[in-house]
Amino acid sequence: MAGTIGGRTVSSTYAPVRGWLLLPSWAVIGVFLLLPMLLMLVYSFLTKEFRGGVIWEFSLAAYDQFIFDRGLFGDEAPSIEWTYITIFVRSIVQALLATVLCLLIGFPTAYYVATRPARTRALWLFLITIPYWVNLLIRTVSMKFLIRDNGPFNEALLGLGLIDAPFQLVNTNLAVQLGLFYSYLPFMVLPIYASMERYNASLSEAAADLYATRWQILRRVIIPVIKPGIVAGCILVFVPSLGAFLAPDLLGGAKTFMIGSLIEEQFKGNAGNWPFGAAASMILLSMVLVVLMLYARSQAKEL
Amino acid sequence: MNPVLLSNQKLLPTALAAAVAAVLATTPIMAQAEGKLSIYHWFEYIPQTLLDKFSSEYGVEVTMDTYDSNESLLASLKAGKLGSYDVAVPGDYMVQIMAEGGLLDTVAEGELANAANIEEQWLNVPFDNGRKYSIPYQWGSTSFSVNRDVYQGDISSTDILFDPPAELAGKINMLDSQGEVMVLASLHLGMEQCSQDREKLKELDALLQGAKQHWASFGSDIAKDVLVSGDAAAGMIYNGFSAKAREEGANLEYAYPDEGYVVWMDNVVLLKDAPNRDNAIKFMDFLLEPENIAAVTNFAQYSAGVTGVAEFLDPALASSPEANPPTGPAGSFVAVCDQATQEVYDQLWTRLRK
Repeated sequence: MAGTIGGRTVSSTYAPVRGWLLLPSWAVIGVFLLLPMLLMLVYSFLTKEFRGGVIWEFSLAAYDQFIFDRGLFGDEAPSIEWTYITIFVRSIVQALLATVLCLLIGFPTAYYVATRPARTRALWLFLITIPYWVNLLIRTVSMKFLIRDNGPFNEALLGLGLIDAPFQLVNTNLAVQLGLFYSYLPFMVLPIYASMERYNASLSEAAADLYATRWQILRRVIIPVIKPGIVAGCILVFVPSLGAFLAPDLLGGAKTFMIGSLIEEQFKGNAGNWPFGAAASMILLSMVLVVLMLYARSQAKEL
Repeated sequence: MNPVLLSNQKLLPTALAAAVAAVLATTPIMAQAEGKLSIYHWFEYIPQTLLDKFSSEYGVEVTMDTYDSNESLLASLKAGKLGSYDVAVPGDYMVQIMAEGGLLDTVAEGELANAANIEEQWLNVPFDNGRKYSIPYQWGSTSFSVNRDVYQGDISSTDILFDPPAELAGKINMLDSQGEVMVLASLHLGMEQCSQDREKLKELDALLQGAKQHWASFGSDIAKDVLVSGDAAAGMIYNGFSAKAREEGANLEYAYPDEGYVVWMDNVVLLKDAPNRDNAIKFMDFLLEPENIAAVTNFAQYSAGVTGVAEFLDPALASSPEANPPTGPAGSFVAVCDQATQEVYDQLWTRLRK
């Protein structure tokens, strides 16, 4: 998109400065992102030390453990290990659902806000971001207070006579969904809003003049134009949902592992298997990268 | 005046955070100013007033971070926190693991002026024979509590956790503590800890898989709150924690089941490479004074391992049902298994949570 803007002359004007301006970002990314990731990659190929830590010997044991099941005592013929695949699939489904939910609610919200007069827009955006000044942990715990069996939500429904027994939400997948949805909703609203704000309303008018129905305008005109915002929103919701462990722990009861809690357990739990935790992180990372690369390629083709 | 930093360690250790910690660990730690003490402690386990008292008596600035399981204490020390704390409070088996792993500094004989206050029965303990690394902090038990408003029947059996009555099924919180869950499950089956008997281990696996459907959640730091709020009608819990839940209004009864229960002792240890070793020794001596450790007992409602505390104790504690086990089977300490055996138990735990 940006590649078409600015000819050679423009970029050469700034060429001497440009590299230096990026240095702080590269330093931060390098020290706090690339270096730790590299460390994890190395750790995933090392031998585990009993009760946490690594021994500096090359080993594929971590990946082997992920893929092959050798029975409880480790001496049976290897078969496919379903334990970790189950955990991954569960987390992916959960993250996808959270993304869809955020999109269904976030899109109309962004549309509404973007079509308000400029003065009230700022107010709407402010209202959307206000709750997110509060720490995520506190918001998640508060949500638990609201939805628990004898919390206000159930008390109200009982009081209105809509239900006879408390509707059990805490420690269910539904509660986890709700938590993820609430945690990441603004990540969906804000990018869509940013695209929507630049949307030229006369395009809709032109389509209407050509006898397009409202549905056709939305599907054939608006969505294609603001697609980058939608995709950015989906990625921003899907990726953190995939590794989330606060909502599953607090609202879902931590009864079953998610990817995040499985990895956490390898580092601070009883298992203390750092190479395996690193390998699981690497597998998760690769999956996310593949999705992002497929998207980037499909974008490149369209251009 | 003295900022006591309570951080929830549970938030940090994602894989990435662990990596960052490991990277930061290579940064040399600045020499700390005199007059500081850095404590790594369990959540909700020491009264602020006692820390303030130590601060003002010795002119030492106290900071504290907290953890929620013995295993997360070990993990964060191994991930590079060793050298930033002076003292920690590991449970019995973890003292042994940390000592064997070279994470502890020895307390030389005669270094602690109040060493003679340690109760006879807690001197030559199996996890630290001769008390070379540790002093007693508090001891207590782990079993389970039941909300008597919900269930009035017999609770003298571990069936409550593993084969619960209909009133409790689906309303049970388990501690997110592999060691203690495994001990209670093993006691339920009448098998020994760290068993290598394959048939027995398969039985244990089947027991856990079958019981899982009755459990609502896993969590240690939430164990008290879920019982008070009514989210759980029964739950695995430590005796003093259950007493506090009862004080907060829940109609709870703590069980000492016939099959047995877990006993534990938390101990103050001197960490290797402690930046303020002298103050750490002062703090350990401070906690061996009956009046001070009694303040911890009054707060946490467990038992101290020091002589002469009785006169400082809250009178209500003497009659507290949680602190006075009935005559019956004794509790068992969590045993330290060898690597091969531990790996089987680790697998059972992952299978339980998949």
